[in-house]
Amino acid sequence: MSDNSLRLVWVYPDLLSTYGDQGNALVVERRANQRGLHVERHDVRSDQPVPTSGDIYLIGGGEDRPQRLAAERLRRDGNLSRAVANGAIVFSVCAGYQILGHEFINDLGQREPGLGLLDVTSTRGEGERCVGDVLGDIDEPLGLPQLTGFENHQGVTHLGPTARPFARVRLGKGNGTGDGTEGAYNDTVFGTYMHGPVLARNPQIADMLLRLALDVNALPQVDDRWYDALREERIAAATQPA
Amino acid sequence: MAANPGGADPLTPRAKLAVTAGKAVAAASRAAGRGSGSVIGGRVALKLDPDLLGRLAQHLDVVLVSATNGKTTTTRLIAEALGAAGPVVSNALGANMPAGITSALAGGSDAKFGVIEVDEKYLAGVARDVTPKAIALLNLSRDQLDRAAETRMLAEKWREGLAGSKATIIANADDPLVVWAASSSPNVVWVAAGQEWKDDAWSCPSCGGVMQRPGDDWFCGECGFRRPAPSWVLSGDHVLDPHGSAWPIQLQLPGRANKANAATSAAVAANFGVPPQVALERMYKVQAVAGRYDVVQFLERDLRLLLAKNPAGWLETFSLIDPPPTPVILSVNARGADGTDTSWLWDVDYTRLAGHPIFVIGDRKLDLAVRLEVAGLDFRVCDSVDEAVQLAPPGRIEAIANYTAFQDLRRRVGN
Repeated sequence: MSDNSLRLVWVYPDLLSTYGDQGNALVVERRANQRGLHVERHDVRSDQPVPTSGDIYLIGGGEDRPQRLAAERLRRDGNLSRAVANGAIVFSVCAGYQILGHEFINDLGQREPGLGLLDVTSTRGEGERCVGDVLGDIDEPLGLPQLTGFENHQGVTHLGPTARPFARVRLGKGNGTGDGTEGAYNDTVFGTYMHGPVLARNPQIADMLLRLALDVNALPQVDDRWYDALREERIAAATQPA
Repeated sequence: MAANPGGADPLTPRAKLAVTAGKAVAAASRAAGRGSGSVIGGRVALKLDPDLLGRLAQHLDVVLVSATNGKTTTTRLIAEALGAAGPVVSNALGANMPAGITSALAGGSDAKFGVIEVDEKYLAGVARDVTPKAIALLNLSRDQLDRAAETRMLAEKWREGLAGSKATIIANADDPLVVWAASSSPNVVWVAAGQEWKDDAWSCPSCGGVMQRPGDDWFCGECGFRRPAPSWVLSGDHVLDPHGSAWPIQLQLPGRANKANAATSAAVAANFGVPPQVALERMYKVQAVAGRYDVVQFLERDLRLLLAKNPAGWLETFSLIDPPPTPVILSVNARGADGTDTSWLWDVDYTRLAGHPIFVIGDRKLDLAVRLEVAGLDFRVCDSVDEAVQLAPPGRIEAIANYTAFQDLRRRVGN
């Protein structure tokens, strides 16, 4: 943070913006604006260097080949790791989540190194894709309400000892490991399989990212009427058989 | 496909039986009030004779039409144009998978031309079965990602499926994914038909390099894959043919996308010997296509019904609606046929609706409400189209809906 302006970096929309995850950037931007913050948003294409001075970095989901290309280019660039070393906050979804881990299986069926910013390792599931609404409980220390989202992936992500599960699913597959975990986090780096987009379904997560960036314990209230109505509807829909 | 010695009657007794059985089932389905019956009829017929589709197409000059958006309208425009050269059979109602196509062709035994809309996922298979003379490819973009293949994988499937085809491919030079799919074929007519939506082709379909897109041009900075030189060009309200003649496009259908559909249709018609002027004038007759673009009276108001199923479709639709303060009703569902994931709403730039009074309905009106709230727009959430129409300020209302929401809307307003 500098002055009253928040630097929001959206990483590689040319490769990782397939499932409406740019909504996460829009929600963070909107909720920061509503708190009187000026937001400088940088959409960084994969042929451009990632800035190191961002406050919050967002990475979305994408198809298999673009995921490999994004991992290659982020490794070569190196700046996202530098930013995290400086305390930046990263929130990643699906393909982006896998890239932040140690490795994942790429479109060629090979093990592709990630950035190692999260202590997780991803493989590809044998069964059907995980597709559908998800309901879960976010890790208690984060103090956030229930997680709602939509998953659409075939990944299986195992957590190492220094990563905490972001949530535990009541409905849905999450990390696909069968142990009920969904996503992972450590300090300022977060990963989830949830689309929806996840910050539109869970605006309190967006506020948590803002609180971390601003280093404050609380933010002024905003009108959450429509978010609340949507959450109530999606949580009810997830718990009722179709 | 079975040989046809003598060639007097293209249908074997088995195929004839299949057609008859299919028609009987379709009639029963209609009588039971379960829609047109075309899909179920075709399904029964194909079960009795799996080669039926190929056999029915045997005596026809077939053109296939596929795309993410504009298939149904373009199929209709081509059918009108080719009508100048002979009777046409077409799946005009949009039943675009093999069963629906079979059923439509079974009803056109006297036709010379078959103009067939094909679902993107079935294009390669149908192209193999019916041996088309031409295939029109309009665009490819993200759609129903919870159940469809990835967009680039779809382009790859088209490419593999079309590599051995003898058909003339009439393809949009302005869509890199379509160009990638079509360029495996030896015989392509490129049409510069334009494409507003660009977010599925920033990454080179050939090598993965970052695409450069200065002005209307595009090329990959790394591997040399680039926009081919078009022989037909949509330029404003005109289409330029390969001889450089400019033909006016004066459709009743609104919008840039329909001009693009007409330009492609003119190129297809020329391939079958119908000159552009004749083809285009026949297209002018089309007012609405399966309810799309229809203006209906409802509760003493005029409503224009617009279908938009995915981000690219919404973008083209925003560019054709009347300017503010025209009221706009938005309706979104997420049933099976729509795709059950609503995340795509966030790829649509709703700030384009600033200044319009906005009314939100449909199964997923709350997803839309959050989307519009984050876009900083004013809107009203309503329980029904009736309520929305009653609240809307004066003037013709633009009603934009995705697939099943559009069907709901048509049913309610009596279209």
